[in-house]
Amino acid sequence: MLQALRGALAAFRRTPVLVVISILAVSLSLFVFGLFALTAFNIRGALSEIEERVEIVAYLSDDATAEEAGRAEVEIRDHTQVLDVRYVSKTEALAIAGRELPEFREVFSGLDANPLPASYEIRLRPGYRTPEVVEAVTAQVIAYPFVEEADYGRDWVARLVSLQRIAAGATVIIGGAFAAVAGIIIATAVRIAVAARREEIEIMRLVGATDGFIRRPFLIEGWLTGLIGGLIAAFLTYLAHRFVSATLMEINWLPAEWLMLAVLAGSAYGLLTSAFAVRRHLRGL
Amino acid sequence: MIKLTGVSKVYPRTGYALRNVNLHVPKGSFVFLTGHSGAGKSTILRLIQMAELPTEGELRVSGTSSARLRRSDVPKLRRKMGMAFQDFRLLKDRTAEENVAFALEVTGARRSLIRQRAARLLGKVGLAARGQAFPEELSGGEKQRVAIARALANEPFILLADEPTGNLDERASRGILDLFREINANGMTVVMATHDLELVRRHPSYRVVELSAGEVVFDSAGTVREEAG
Ligand SMILES: Nc1ncnc2c1ncn2[C@@H]1O[C@H](COP(=O)(O)OP(=O)(O)OP(=O)(O)O)[C@@H](O)[C@H]1O
Ligand SMILES: [Mg+2]
Repeated sequence: MLQALRGALAAFRRTPVLVVISILAVSLSLFVFGLFALTAFNIRGALSEIEERVEIVAYLSDDATAEEAGRAEVEIRDHTQVLDVRYVSKTEALAIAGRELPEFREVFSGLDANPLPASYEIRLRPGYRTPEVVEAVTAQVIAYPFVEEADYGRDWVARLVSLQRIAAGATVIIGGAFAAVAGIIIATAVRIAVAARREEIEIMRLVGATDGFIRRPFLIEGWLTGLIGGLIAAFLTYLAHRFVSATLMEINWLPAEWLMLAVLAGSAYGLLTSAFAVRRHLRGL
Repeated sequence: MIKLTGVSKVYPRTGYALRNVNLHVPKGSFVFLTGHSGAGKSTILRLIQMAELPTEGELRVSGTSSARLRRSDVPKLRRKMGMAFQDFRLLKDRTAEENVAFALEVTGARRSLIRQRAARLLGKVGLAARGQAFPEELSGGEKQRVAIARALANEPFILLADEPTGNLDERASRGILDLFREINANGMTVVMATHDLELVRRHPSYRVVELSAGEVVFDSAGTVREEAG
């Protein structure tokens, strides 16, 4: 192991330009992938923030008793799809309207009776904010005799869902394409690095090196290339994030687990491609 | 030691490179393999290295049979044979000493021993002073000496040389042959392929095996018929 590590270091000493170029190629291709991940992550974040606002509003008739309304609230809250139910009384509704629509404050205060109905504001659990579930819950709520009307932004929810689908599809396709390009670049870099030492491999075999002995320094080198390239790419992506946040708009940084996973995947991939690249040179006796 | 029994080698595109070769090389002998270009000299040496397997027949090298060869046997066997080639096959980016040390590193020898051993081997081939030179700073003859020092690194029982003097002038060739003679005198088997008949003639005491179109057509040890029959 120690000897293999020394071998990898010796390779760096002998062909520093090649090693630096392959690490650069790996970092840059992973950096492009990182930029994409940053974009995708923020679009997803923005969409799920919008999704939080998916809400069903059920308006109660004025003759609903407090007891009926209380019981219904408990029942609705019991649905597995429902995150929470907020009861907004007539008085509260008026207060909110007065606060949010100052133009009408005069009109409202001039009335003797409160024209606004009491309502439930029902929010759904994540994962259930789809047109189908919203529709179903709305239907159940409207079934109460004292519920006059239930409403949600039908078109809006549908559009949000299709937007999310497009984003998810684009993430998979574009992300997959970027990952494939990065993968090919890394594999090529590793292959060139191995091919540059073809002669060395041949002579190693000539003097009786075992396959494992020949392979080891290359595996370590591939692993290190992936690891160092991944760390550099993560750092570059972070700089890009800082830059965009400072100049264009505030964006979120990627979760630490994503980064760790990506760097780990990069180093594992480097190791794997090395194994494949060396295998070509170990064919035959 | 080395024994070829009914060995043929067929290449898919070029056909028979060797045809029914029977050859026994006892321990400690010195054998010249001669023959025209394409006769099959290199092919025999590659088979002895077990770099390739015979299409027919069997090869035994130091107790290892080509018929029951496992991949893991090959490195062990290679450490027991030293090899030298016309094109030296030295690593350009390493010094003479590092090239010799290379053969010791792959066996997992202790690092403290390797340097010392490499220096001693270079001394043995008459290059004690050139250990820090890179191959391009050495003459052809010197390069071949480095290659021979490397071949001897793991104390092999046999030295296989494929036209080791092919790129050398007369004087350098003679020097290499003197070195081989010395190595052989110390008990090591030497098999050397060459088409330099002048050089062969100068060493009449050594066995000569001549190949032609893949067949043994002459053996100064007179064992051709014996082994075939
Ligand atoms: N890898 C190979 N694939 C196909 N044919 C080969 C291969 N190696 C050798 N041969 C063929 O086998 C025959 C013997 O070749 P070999 O190299 O053993 O000759 P040689 O006696 O060493 O010749 P030279 O003196 O030119 O080195 C030749 O006809 C050659 O074309
Ligand atoms: Mg040849």
